[in-house]
Amino acid sequence: MSTATAQPIAAGTWTIDKVHSHVGFAVKHMVVSTFRGRFEEYEGSLAASEDGAPRLQGAVNVDSIAVKDENLAGHLKAADFFDSEHYPQIRFVSSAVNVSEGGELEVEGDLTIKDRTHRVTARGSLTGPHADIAGNDKIGVELEAIVDRREFGLEWNAPLPKGGFALDNDVRLQVSLELVREA
Amino acid sequence: MHILGLSGSLRGDSHNTRLLRGARKLLPAGVELVVFEQLAAIPPYSEDDEHDAPPAVAALKAAIAGADAVLVATPEYNASIPGVLKNALDWVSRPIASTPLRGKPVAVVGASTSLFGAVWAQAETRKVLSTIGAHVVDRELPIAHAEEALGVDGLPLEREAVEELSATLDELLELASQDRLAA
Repeated sequence: MSTATAQPIAAGTWTIDKVHSHVGFAVKHMVVSTFRGRFEEYEGSLAASEDGAPRLQGAVNVDSIAVKDENLAGHLKAADFFDSEHYPQIRFVSSAVNVSEGGELEVEGDLTIKDRTHRVTARGSLTGPHADIAGNDKIGVELEAIVDRREFGLEWNAPLPKGGFALDNDVRLQVSLELVREA
Repeated sequence: MHILGLSGSLRGDSHNTRLLRGARKLLPAGVELVVFEQLAAIPPYSEDDEHDAPPAVAALKAAIAGADAVLVATPEYNASIPGVLKNALDWVSRPIASTPLRGKPVAVVGASTSLFGAVWAQAETRKVLSTIGAHVVDRELPIAHAEEALGVDGLPLEREAVEELSATLDELLELASQDRLAA
């Protein structure tokens, strides 16, 4: 993808419509299976001015983590993983947002989990703006980034009896956002 | 040919007991699998009581002695074997010179509602059985998210898991056949 902003994002401040959005993650476990989870409480916005660089930022409430197994949810909130008592929020703020003519989106920025901040690059797509049936302008953002969870202090693992480890270190962060232009 | 099924769970709607019943459907004609029903009646092991084994212990020993092979299905408690199952195996192992598990073909499978399908409980059960002197099939079958992964008939819904269970049973029956020929 070119680093040039081939297609400017429509000016305005766009905030996440949570009814139509998803913030989740996927990680391989037992070598071949994929485990998925999501966060239910988050907020974020994309600010784009006519002449300035667009800026995407957001925050996630770690305690809102949702997985199938409540025992696992408890483990994920504990110190082996997110330690939500001491680190209740995950934060992201972009340093560069690029959109190609075809709508390919690349976002670089700082992701902070457990007070550890690392630069990550997420790729995906941007669609819109288009008006919904209520007349609100909306854009769609799909982004995915792969991070090594150990860099953020999520280091739990266990060796499997027949080799390998219980949980992969690479985690796929996936957001699917519908953003509405603030009036 | 006769297989004894031993479930490590006492729960009425146990996933592991159901998995044993599902395994029946994969057995060839002429092979039956009967699930041991008296695990809850086995008291805590004490050497003081060895000379006069409680009825449920005598029943389990007789069931193992009368079976050509044993199929254990275990859940996982705190990354290990459920106490009731370990207690039963401890009883059966005594006295070590006459345990009906010596040389007995045994396979271990397991299901849990966690991500990991009782994989560590299975490994530890294989270790315990090998220590007692059983002829243990070196395979594992971790059924994760058992509440979704097993059908009402007890068979796994994923084809690969059914194939793994089938392969485990084939190996168990092969060991039992070899023992019959050698007898």
